[in-house]
Amino acid sequence: MALLTLSSPHAHGSNSTSKVMLTVILATLPGLAVTTGLFGFGTLVNLLLASVTALVTEALILKIRKRPIGFFLRDYSALLTGVLLGLALPPLAPWWITVVATAFAIIFAKQLYGGMGNNPFNPAMVGYALVLVSFPVQMTTNWAASSQMGVDPAGLGDALNAIFGGHVSDAFTGATPLDAYKHQIAAKTAEEVLKDSTFNGFLNGGWAWVNLAYLAGGIFLIWKRIISWHIPVSMLTALALCSLLLGWDSDMYTPLSLHLLSGATMIGAFFIATDPVSAATTPRGRLIYGAGTGIFLYLIRTWGAYPDAVAFSVLLMNFAAPFIDAYTQPRTYGHAKAARGLKKPGAK
Amino acid sequence: MTHLIQLHSFDGGIHPAENKQQSTRKPVQIAPLPAELVLPLGQHIGAPADPCVSVGERVLKGQKIAEPHGFVSVALHAPTSGEIIAIEKRAIPHASGLQDLCMVIRPDGEERWIEHQSLLTELTVDDLTDIEPAKVVERIRDCGIAGMGGAGFPTSVKLTVKRDEQGSTPIDTLILNGAECEPYITADDMLMRERADEVLRGAQVLLYLLNAERCMIGIEDNKPEAIAALNEAAKSLNEEHHIDVVTIPTKYPSGGEKQLIQILTGKEVPSGGIPAQLGIVCQNVGTAAAIYRAVYHGEPLISRIATITGDATREPGNWEVLLGTPVSHLLQLAGYQPQQQPRVIMGGPMMGFALPHTELPVVKTTNCLLAPSEQEMPVNQMAMACIRCGMCTEACPAQLLPQQLYWFSRAEEYDKAEQHHLFDCIECGACSYVCPSQIPLVQYYRHAKGAIREEKAAQAKSERAKERFERRQARHERELEEKEAKRKARAEAAAQSAAAKKAAGSDDAAPAAGNASAVSADAPTTSPQLEKLQKQLTATQTAIAKTKEKLAEAQQAVAAGDEAMQTKVDAFTAALEKSQTKMKDIARDMAAEKKALKAQAAAPAGNAEGGPDKGDPNSPDRLKRKWETAQARLDTALKRLAEAKAEGLDTVETLQSGIDKQQARVDEAKAAYEAALQAEQDGSSAPDAAATEQAPAAADSAAEADSLKKKVLAQQDRLAKATERLNMAQQQGLDTVEALAKGVDKQQQKLDELQQQLASLTETAAASTAKTTEDGTV
Ligand code: SF4
Ligand code: SF4
Repeated sequence: MALLTLSSPHAHGSNSTSKVMLTVILATLPGLAVTTGLFGFGTLVNLLLASVTALVTEALILKIRKRPIGFFLRDYSALLTGVLLGLALPPLAPWWITVVATAFAIIFAKQLYGGMGNNPFNPAMVGYALVLVSFPVQMTTNWAASSQMGVDPAGLGDALNAIFGGHVSDAFTGATPLDAYKHQIAAKTAEEVLKDSTFNGFLNGGWAWVNLAYLAGGIFLIWKRIISWHIPVSMLTALALCSLLLGWDSDMYTPLSLHLLSGATMIGAFFIATDPVSAATTPRGRLIYGAGTGIFLYLIRTWGAYPDAVAFSVLLMNFAAPFIDAYTQPRTYGHAKAARGLKKPGAK
Repeated sequence: MTHLIQLHSFDGGIHPAENKQQSTRKPVQIAPLPAELVLPLGQHIGAPADPCVSVGERVLKGQKIAEPHGFVSVALHAPTSGEIIAIEKRAIPHASGLQDLCMVIRPDGEERWIEHQSLLTELTVDDLTDIEPAKVVERIRDCGIAGMGGAGFPTSVKLTVKRDEQGSTPIDTLILNGAECEPYITADDMLMRERADEVLRGAQVLLYLLNAERCMIGIEDNKPEAIAALNEAAKSLNEEHHIDVVTIPTKYPSGGEKQLIQILTGKEVPSGGIPAQLGIVCQNVGTAAAIYRAVYHGEPLISRIATITGDATREPGNWEVLLGTPVSHLLQLAGYQPQQQPRVIMGGPMMGFALPHTELPVVKTTNCLLAPSEQEMPVNQMAMACIRCGMCTEACPAQLLPQQLYWFSRAEEYDKAEQHHLFDCIECGACSYVCPSQIPLVQYYRHAKGAIREEKAAQAKSERAKERFERRQARHERELEEKEAKRKARAEAAAQSAAAKKAAGSDDAAPAAGNASAVSADAPTTSPQLEKLQKQLTATQTAIAKTKEKLAEAQQAVAAGDEAMQTKVDAFTAALEKSQTKMKDIARDMAAEKKALKAQAAAPAGNAEGGPDKGDPNSPDRLKRKWETAQARLDTALKRLAEAKAEGLDTVETLQSGIDKQQARVDEAKAAYEAALQAEQDGSSAPDAAATEQAPAAADSAAEADSLKKKVLAQQDRLAKATERLNMAQQQGLDTVEALAKGVDKQQQKLDELQQQLASLTETAAASTAKTTEDGTV
């Protein structure tokens, strides 16, 4: 009787790549729900649009590359890219912004590098950065206002009309808190700025809730061991430290609370910077990677031309990830100290 | 007596489903006799045993059927009484599906034991400690005991430790591995539950042999029954026993030797090293029980407990199985139901290997047969791309970066893989287990390790070849130079003698002085033998010339179209070749003859000129020089060894054996020199004729005995080192183990020889001293 001979280990855990991706998507749901509830249907429409674009583009490219389409679509990595873009883009941005960003992310940032696992940069953030640089107007004026700002958020019809018809009503849009604070603090005191409707007295009308929802989703992911705590914790810590040390004066700089609980901070820390493929992978490397992202985030937000900077900070750290990995190898069992760097090929 | 033991933990690790309860419901059952037993001669690491019975012979249960071959080897015994029906190549359970020499026994069903007894009875002592450790180790080796938990390393080798005069050893801790961390396997668990006392008594033997201070038995906390049984049994040990049963948290792979050591002591075995360097020896609990049976009952290792489990068996459980029992027989016992894609794994689901078929015997290391159903262990799906999630890193108990190792192995960037410590991977499979992309990581590592080893071996070989070539080249040049110098010297001498003759002016005057030079210059042409050879040579040369002519003619004819001539061409070619070899032979003979003549001529000339000192090859001066050159050579060899060690393992072992030889030579040369010096002094200080005759002889033998003793000591040291190296190689992988094992054997032999020499020498010395004193008193 001939038996099946496979190499050890013969047992396998129940984990799979698609499970990992689906769990991440699942963990974005609280954030999505809060956003939709407070800011209207724009984000949901974006998310669906981006997801469909991602899947279709991925399938097309796989077909051109003659890869099994079903097999790769089922890893859900393309879907996740779409979902993250849909959540990150301004809720009322015109449809073509979303389509361009997503298609670019899948085609150029992912598939041209060889598909899943081979992309050095976070595809969603490459797509985001592209549209942000190319279409700055659409990317800064189409942020939705929230019910907490005393407006009725965009309903489904309004959202569709805005996104596909281009009829963006001023009633639904508003500046983001980071943007508003940065511009107004030059002329006003912190107290005066916070009275603005964007902030609505205390925290930023709605944005804090969204961030808290993503924080909850992130904690769920850590608990499920889908992501490790290293990157989010070090990124948020670095951001907080920068803010406390460099920008302690809230009459001059955006305060810590705003840094942590507005903009894309939490979705960035738990869902974007943790994208495994393009991040550092060693435990200590992840700490450095997260800290670096946090520092860039603070620097660009404070002194850069853009109000938010998750995309740029993550992309900058993507560059550094391979080097960080090479220099943060753990100390292997039985060795006095850790190996450093990489051997040049051919060197003894 | 229990101590509070501070537990440590190792990084990484996983918690796969244990699946142990299926096979622990029933006590260990005795497996019935199969129709035939197949016993591979190499069930252990090291040299296979040598059969000592022949086909057709009847053997008794427990009778030795194969002797250990050398130091790193163990004996093999008949698991039951019956007839040896074959000694032939059979398929053995090995990952590569190899065949190897096996003894095949047809049981007679009577189970008649050979006479056997406790070592204590045999030596009529009351207590184990009255027996020399070496004797006990010998018994263990003779009873065929090899590590039953893992690779089957001969236990006696691990127990051969260095001892100083007080008998203390560098070992302070004995660790018994009862962790059994692999899912499904319960053989050790059942052994500890049912034979706890045997395990403990075995531990006591080991403690005595290693002269260790304490013993820890590490057991995962998912085996409460085993822990209780051991604790209970420990109570009945009446003496201070220094044995602690330590409960450790269940986590795979806590039963890995390195991990268990880390858990129990907090120490890490250095990379490429062995536990003995930390003063630790690790043994499996099953091995300890087998040691007990061997020492206290004289029972060799002929059976073991094996778990037969998996959803494809209806009645999983543990069986006491005779070695050599076919897997198919055992599967039947457990009610095996073949699956659509049948799979049988020897060992556990994490590190076991899949058998190609079931007609394979159980061997000393077989702890489990796992026949999973398809739902239970689905065949791996197609691997997806690595998403760099780092889950493998979190799972790795060796703190490696499995993901990086995977990328490097896959891209064949082996130098980077090595820099990331590929060779510290213990192939535990934890990384593959957790990988969400189902990448067969361990397979990549195995492949990369194999490729690297091959590459290194090839490199070492080519380097050796290059070195050899260069050395040859250098020697060749030197020889040419020397020849040239000699030729010149000869020419000058001839010219001088001619001048001298002329000066003498006399034709027939042939003074003695001239004679000598005449002999040395002209001797080569004056041998009748040589003349004869010369004639033969000329004849052959002529023959060759003629044949060549004929051949040319024949070839022309063929070219012109005469097909028939072809046969002649062939014949001529053959003849030509024959003559040419003949010519070569003659030339060689002539050269030898010339050389001999020259030597003859040179000897008297040298004697005439040189003083007695220079000419005597045994003069202290000469000997000293000899010793010095030998020492210098040894030094370079040592340097080369160090280099080789720094680079890799493959040449190390050849170099080492060379060095050993060289060391012996140095020792010899030194001893000779010292003896000569002694003799000279004796000679000058004792003018008395009678004394000079006796004294040097006595001094000689004393000096010889001294140097022999030194040699014995040095040899013992060398043996210990070689054993250590072997242990190390065994830790790292199996490639060099065989070669090293052979080396250890050789060292052992050498030691034996030396010891014999020494013994005989001391005897003669004693006899001669006695004689001298007698002579003196008379
Ligand atoms: S667990 Fe698998 S997918 Fe994740 S990093 Fe390791 S090899 Fe890659
Ligand atoms: S198989 Fe090797 S790399 Fe993988 S977890 Fe075990 S030791 Fe680490």
